[in-house]
Amino acid sequence: MFKSIIARAKQGHRTMRYPAGAPPALSDRFRGRPTIEGAKCVQGCLACAQACPTVAITDRVAITDRGAIQGRGAIQGRGAGRHEVDLGKCLFCTDCARACPQGAISHSPDWRLSVSRRGDFMVGMEGGSAASGTSPESDALRLAAALPKEMMRLFGRSLKLRQVSAGGCNACEADVNVLGTIGWDLGRFGIQMVASPRHADGLLVTGPVTRNMELALMKTWDAVASPKIVIVVGSCAISGGPFIGHDEACGGVGDMLPVCLYVPGCPPHPLTILDGLLRLLGRIKSAS
Amino acid sequence: MMSDRNDNFAPLGNCRSIRLAEIPELPFDRFADAIVSRTAAGQRVCAFFASAGKASGSTRLQVVIANDDEDSLAVGCCSVSGPAFESITPACPQVHLFEREIAEQYGLKPVGHPWLKPLRYQRSWTDRDAWDRDRGAAILPGVGDFFRVEGDEVHEVAVGPVHAGVIEPGHFRFQCHGEKVFHLEIALGYQHRGIEEALAGGPDRRSIHYAETVAGDTTAGHATTYCQVVEALSGYRTTVHSHIVRGIALELERMANHVGDLGALSGDVGYLPTASFCGRIRGDFLNMTALLCGNRFGRGLMVPGGIGFELDAPRAGELLARVETAEREVAQAVNLLWDDQSVMARFEDTGPLPLETARELGVVGVAARASGLERDVRYNHPTGIYRYVQIPVSTYDTGDVFARAYIRWLEIQQSVTFIKERLRSLTPPSPAPGIGPLPPDSLAVSLNEGWRGEICHVAMTGPGGSFSRYKIVDPSFHNWYALAVAMRDQEISDFPLCNKSFNLSYCGHDL
Repeated sequence: MFKSIIARAKQGHRTMRYPAGAPPALSDRFRGRPTIEGAKCVQGCLACAQACPTVAITDRVAITDRGAIQGRGAIQGRGAGRHEVDLGKCLFCTDCARACPQGAISHSPDWRLSVSRRGDFMVGMEGGSAASGTSPESDALRLAAALPKEMMRLFGRSLKLRQVSAGGCNACEADVNVLGTIGWDLGRFGIQMVASPRHADGLLVTGPVTRNMELALMKTWDAVASPKIVIVVGSCAISGGPFIGHDEACGGVGDMLPVCLYVPGCPPHPLTILDGLLRLLGRIKSAS
Repeated sequence: MMSDRNDNFAPLGNCRSIRLAEIPELPFDRFADAIVSRTAAGQRVCAFFASAGKASGSTRLQVVIANDDEDSLAVGCCSVSGPAFESITPACPQVHLFEREIAEQYGLKPVGHPWLKPLRYQRSWTDRDAWDRDRGAAILPGVGDFFRVEGDEVHEVAVGPVHAGVIEPGHFRFQCHGEKVFHLEIALGYQHRGIEEALAGGPDRRSIHYAETVAGDTTAGHATTYCQVVEALSGYRTTVHSHIVRGIALELERMANHVGDLGALSGDVGYLPTASFCGRIRGDFLNMTALLCGNRFGRGLMVPGGIGFELDAPRAGELLARVETAEREVAQAVNLLWDDQSVMARFEDTGPLPLETARELGVVGVAARASGLERDVRYNHPTGIYRYVQIPVSTYDTGDVFARAYIRWLEIQQSVTFIKERLRSLTPPSPAPGIGPLPPDSLAVSLNEGWRGEICHVAMTGPGGSFSRYKIVDPSFHNWYALAVAMRDQEISDFPLCNKSFNLSYCGHDL
């Protein structure tokens, strides 16, 4: 027993100060949103789009050429190829950056990536950090908003979630679990992962929703009392991730459940997940 | 033993390739006899799988066998023309799941298999179905016969697929007499994402990402094994620097997971100090992997032909300092376990897996070594950096929860030593040429000791040089049944503890 007391003293207090204090330091090689240095990009090259494993990158000019989105024709005037990335499909890998012959692609170090609507993930790659004021408005990532007032009244100070892994590879699951460790201490925000859907205010879903988990996911959802919410974590649950197009998976939660928070990544960093949860509960306000 | 030499299986080194034409196609009887006699002599099956045969309607059966005593591998094959073959399982229990997999994927029925059920509840890749189900009929996971014990006082406990913790889905069915478990049957397949099917036709831009997500907690293990099988096929020589960085990533992955497991085991017996400390320190190891490549699980670090991120001297210095700090903190946190009577009372004699059972089932990794089997790819079939640096094999002999926990602690210490030595004498990066195309009609085997145990990838190429069949065997595939056996005559309340002491992968099994 004395040994455990000594160990406790030596291990010390380890819970981070964030969000009151600074966030934990990320690796200098941390990969957030992929961005293109517009001046370097050569129009019509598309090497990055061809290298992308999930076809997350598309060329806006190509879209306007088809006449689908006429309103964006103005951006053709910028000259260089205008690329758009779907951060809901993005694996935050290095394939596009490696493929770019101009070396124009890099990853933003910004960990703040969660959004409230699936469509908000479609952003221009010249956008850079959501926080930097230099990007064109159309390229800024519209970060997640807080829950509506009535839901906030119910869940703002106590949010119990049932986690369902529906084909997740155990990376998203692991980094959700990490939030429960003493370093992150999710409990201090009133958020807790609970053992039963009956105890839960909502689901936190990971994985591309395999066909073999579809029924179990829906049964778990039905077992949660209303009002209830759904949070999806990881590119698999958002879009299918590496398994987009597989017959064995549904391509993410999609329209099966009413999602109120999307956390992208493969897997998302715990800080990205925490940032999303805190925005949902109004603990972090989006910069206007 | 002489028959080994004459059974016409082709010898093959780990991470070496062979032309398919150089593997003699045996009649089924000789093929089956060779597997039975080799495993009876202590060899073991790394992989046993089917692929499309040369003649239309025929199926090729392929086996990879490891001889750990002589540190060699052998591959054998045969062709089956009909919709069935004679099951080898009754004479060689370790192929029981492989045969169920063959039945499910190729609709090829192993006649005489003692428990022929679907494995992952997926559709057959051919127009045959081993259970003669209608083509359009829904296949419901976990639905079907389960082994049952009858009796007035016997009851059944069903758990899952959705579990109480933040873990992957699987279904467990216990036959209990009071608290005592007579039998446990495990039904998986909920995580099936179709990875093997999707890898066929590659390599393409998704292939490495499939390897990284076979089992996300083993990203370094599976991605390294994938890269090595591609490099073996194309005859590529990876630079020493790449080998070292891969080795460091593999050992960091081992330490992160072992530390996490020791914390979770501690939590499962209600001993919170170690649970809290280890939960945090595990994150420190994940952050060390992020220091290497920006991702806590090592995504993007392995690329065919080398590594995606070089390890420069200042970064190596930073990593060394972090490893040394973590080493002290882990030692303090983990050694509390062995000194605490209440912990040891729960760990010792719980969930024992006897040596002979482990051998018969072909168990690998931590579980095998905890039962006394000296079985470690880094020692028996070394590749990459492990050819130059030998990590001692840690074994124990009680096969219980304590042994599986203690092996983890021994391996953490070995990994720390390994990493510190590599970082102190780091070979700088050298230019690596691009990797060439894959040769046609070839086969390569790549084995690695992942943190759970042996990871086996087998790639076969077709006439055009693309993958005609890609086989993945996660260590969990060998070990899930061992967990069921270890639970016999145990208290059902000890299941979480036993389960965690194996800590097997659901998605690695389900693919």
